[in-house]
Amino acid sequence: MSLGSVPLKYKVTIDREQCMHCMRCINNCSYGVFHREDDRIIIDSRKCTACHHCISMCPRDAISLQERPVDYRSHPLWTAEAREDIINQARTGKIILAGMGNAKPYPVIFDRLVLDACQVTNPSIDPLREPMELRTYIGKKPPRLEIDKKDNGDIEMLTKLTPNLKLETPIMIGHMSYGAISLNAQLSLAKAVEKTGTFMGTGEGGLHEAIYPYQKNMIVQVASGRFGVDINYLERGAAIEIKIGQGAKPGIGGHLPGEKVCQDVSCTRMIPLGSDAISPAPHHDIYSIEDLAQLVRSLKEATEWKKPVFVKIAAVHNAAAIAAGIARSSADAVVIDGFRGGSGATPKVFRDNVGIPIEAAVASVDQKLKDQGIRNKISVIASGGIRNSADIAKSIALGADAVYIGTGALIAMGCRVCGQCYRGMCPWGIATQRQELVDRLDPEIESEHVANLIRSWTLELSELMGAAGINSIESLRSNRSRLRGYMLDEGTLDVLQVKPVGA
Amino acid sequence: MKKVEIDAKGMHYTPLNKMIREAVKNGAKEIILDNVIGQRFIADGLKGDVTIRINGVAGGDLGMFMNGPTCIVNGNCDHAPGNTMDGGTIVIHGSAGDAVAHSMRGGKLFVEKNIGYRGGIHMKQYEEDRRPALVVGGASHAFLGEYMAGGLIIVLGIGQENPVMDRGIGSGIHGGMIVIRGEVKDELLGVGARKMEFGEKELEMITPYVEEFCKHFDTEPSGLLDTNYTCIVPASTRPFAGKYTWE
Amino acid sequence: MCGIIGVIDRKRALMDGSSIRDALSLMNERGSGEGAGYAAYGIYPDFQDCYAIHVFFDNLVEPKSRVDHMLHKWGRIVHQEAIPTYEQDGLKRSHIPWRYFFKPYSDLMAGSTTPEDDVMKYIVMETNSNIQGALIFSSGKNMGVFKASGWPEDVANFYRIEDYKGYIWLAHNRYPTNTPGWWGGAHPFNLLDWAVVHNGEITSYGTNRRYVESNGYTCSMFTDTEVVAYLFDLLGRRHGLPEDVVVKALAPPFWDEIDNMPEKEQELNHAIRLTYGPALMNGPFAIVVATHEGIVGFTDRIKLRPLVIGENEDRLYISSEEAAIRVMDPEVQNIHMPRAGEPVIGRVIV
Repeated sequence: MSLGSVPLKYKVTIDREQCMHCMRCINNCSYGVFHREDDRIIIDSRKCTACHHCISMCPRDAISLQERPVDYRSHPLWTAEAREDIINQARTGKIILAGMGNAKPYPVIFDRLVLDACQVTNPSIDPLREPMELRTYIGKKPPRLEIDKKDNGDIEMLTKLTPNLKLETPIMIGHMSYGAISLNAQLSLAKAVEKTGTFMGTGEGGLHEAIYPYQKNMIVQVASGRFGVDINYLERGAAIEIKIGQGAKPGIGGHLPGEKVCQDVSCTRMIPLGSDAISPAPHHDIYSIEDLAQLVRSLKEATEWKKPVFVKIAAVHNAAAIAAGIARSSADAVVIDGFRGGSGATPKVFRDNVGIPIEAAVASVDQKLKDQGIRNKISVIASGGIRNSADIAKSIALGADAVYIGTGALIAMGCRVCGQCYRGMCPWGIATQRQELVDRLDPEIESEHVANLIRSWTLELSELMGAAGINSIESLRSNRSRLRGYMLDEGTLDVLQVKPVGA
Repeated sequence: MKKVEIDAKGMHYTPLNKMIREAVKNGAKEIILDNVIGQRFIADGLKGDVTIRINGVAGGDLGMFMNGPTCIVNGNCDHAPGNTMDGGTIVIHGSAGDAVAHSMRGGKLFVEKNIGYRGGIHMKQYEEDRRPALVVGGASHAFLGEYMAGGLIIVLGIGQENPVMDRGIGSGIHGGMIVIRGEVKDELLGVGARKMEFGEKELEMITPYVEEFCKHFDTEPSGLLDTNYTCIVPASTRPFAGKYTWE
Repeated sequence: MCGIIGVIDRKRALMDGSSIRDALSLMNERGSGEGAGYAAYGIYPDFQDCYAIHVFFDNLVEPKSRVDHMLHKWGRIVHQEAIPTYEQDGLKRSHIPWRYFFKPYSDLMAGSTTPEDDVMKYIVMETNSNIQGALIFSSGKNMGVFKASGWPEDVANFYRIEDYKGYIWLAHNRYPTNTPGWWGGAHPFNLLDWAVVHNGEITSYGTNRRYVESNGYTCSMFTDTEVVAYLFDLLGRRHGLPEDVVVKALAPPFWDEIDNMPEKEQELNHAIRLTYGPALMNGPFAIVVATHEGIVGFTDRIKLRPLVIGENEDRLYISSEEAAIRVMDPEVQNIHMPRAGEPVIGRVIV
């Protein structure tokens, strides 16, 4: 017997009184939800992904969308999702592919941490009229400064600093490759980081010529597929990042489906046209920590030790010890990507079940590095599920030097987190290579939106710091006495080294 | 033609590479490195038209990201010579370790004797006229040409009864070709790889590579130019296309 | 909260403690009668080669035998006695102040360039974190801290501070918000030669604490001030930086100021901020730090707490209030206020 169809995920309706038959919804929906029969707009709700493009473009606010219009018999264990996944796999025998970050309702630790503010015993600082320093340097710091003070009072520095990236705000944009996202999307991000004095990652998609003008703000990624990596690429980047893992899919590689590998993507990634672009799970020249050190040093050697090298790992159980190994490798920064990190395409079972939250990972990494006396050897970048300036402040107070944002920047360009990135039909022109969709995204406009987001969060961060009586970001970093845990269990508080509220 | 000699005895790779770059910048066409013993990253990221003769054992990642130069090693190589190399030639008068020609995208790599595991892994080609090639005189271990996305691997098996006896040949291969002297058992092929008949057309294709190999190592090609080879190619350019269902 | 004062005689002429007691009492409005203390350098000339260890014992049985035991393991006790004290109506005796004059064995701390100091530091950290009922609150040579819960004059009279003669004095009048009534919470804080008095609150305490702890210090006093002593010990003694550079690390110029400096100065300040970011102290503070070599006073980068300087020939005074200086020395000259973050240094010249 047939399994039949499962209920609609979304139901789209048009308020026919409001509708003026402008047909914008038909043109806007790349999934084909709307079509025209005579004068009537017909709706096929089953195709809807809740991307909201039609809703956002409807001049009359005539379109409504309802999630899960059909109830299942309620059951706490056998949720609608559990049942539908089984039906899907019973039909196909395949791995379920999903988009965006972890969608399981785990508690969000950020939401159970509260920040401190000054009252009486020290004054708040007003960032409008008093200096407020968010400038952040990413890279190795010497363990101590050796100087020679001459008899005439002149000081000569004997310590030589290694190259650091200078950020005007501790917010960077993480790695989203050309291929996973469109060139216009990447261009918008590039313009935004240039405007705001920060950096972004290329992802493992090479560096398209159109991005060359922004190369001084780009962190070029070297991942297991080595896509787009040649000596010119390495030399163009402001820094180089070795991607070991990704929070959305720790322990596995990635596949860019062949249909997304168009001429331009093929040339930029330096891979054959129309073939799957396969990033294997491990780097095949890294099977152990000393091999990582070798890759770090090979990149440094190739670029004559002029570029900081980052290493990105997924936040897994043993992240702290792994980071300590990375700190000993000549790497300049370690990026910890928490289990809520985004992804264009990831097996659902990984997205929802593998890895640990960024809050715990950053806290334990910072502590482990301090315990071993090597915190100065490496900067720590927190990534994966950072939604607002408070998350940033909390990440830094837990020990991060800076953060990567990803999904947040995409939302600033229109993304509504529908999670269908892997289908390549993104109506917002972000996660697609279809020219007619890509053209919808104007880099001039969207770069301003992304820049605005970074500016807003930077402003809020200044205010939060000022309220806490802190005028320099260094003094927020790892300052866990300015955090309290609210309804967090003792074990978690212990890992975070944060006291409970009231203590 | 300007020739520069460097005694690498006891030298760390960073100053060594610095000297090499400096020499290339000053117009050297031939650089001789004596007493090389395990220095990694020789000619890493190096560009230009220069021949580097390496006397001794070259350390890991020889010629990584290299684009243009020729490296001739009189001795064995540690792992991953030609790693992510773009152009140029590496000639090894001896054997090499694991992951030889990892992700190599252009240029040619000749190994006189044997290579370790995962040789030619993820080699790839994206332009018609830039085909990376790995030619091995002796034998190879397991996972040869894994994830290969273009280019050519030839294992000549000189003096070997079975040049590849280990499993996983061409696992996940989705481009390019692996050519192995003699017969290869079916069970040694990895997922996504298939055998293809090796005929006159293929022989014609490999002939210049075999001839160049023989020229480098001063042997006679005639005994190698027949159709007694096994040719292994991708079953599909989309080996993982059928793996997933949408959420 | 709190009032501070410090004085140095640059030619090491000795001053008894009576005038600083009077000066500190003048600032009683800044305190609450729940803590005061004094530190003096040059007071133990007969034992000048020994570490003078001042301890608060809860009793002389269990905690003392454990401290004795540890000292015997690590060195030789040259002399020990109860610190002479005199009952005051306004002061409740909570501990027994004791002192040891101690010489550590120098061959016990492997790999240290300052083995005696490191033995002493180890003993302080060990005692204060692990021996209940014992708190070492002073551990320098030929110097000592005297502190308790109470008004400045009561604390001074409890120890008969006028009986001690030193060439550097620091004093502190406390207005506690945390651990009131705990003698250990009173200032000055001391480690080895470093003594610190502090007015204000360090908002970067969590950051600074984790930094010094990752360098082998243990914060056990429940207050932000002790990290200042450890930061000075780390940067000044172990990293060998001169005081003005230490102050630049703790209260550095702003980035926009650094950006406008001449190249060499810019390079130095840039390196200081990169290297010592976790040592930067934020929040309102005025601090005076002393060693045998001199005193240094400085404030936070935007001068959220007051600091006044006065001079009279070989004497340099640093205080929260000018009046306190004038009580000590009516003839004082050249009263002025230093710029924010700028160190005021008084160094001995003989």
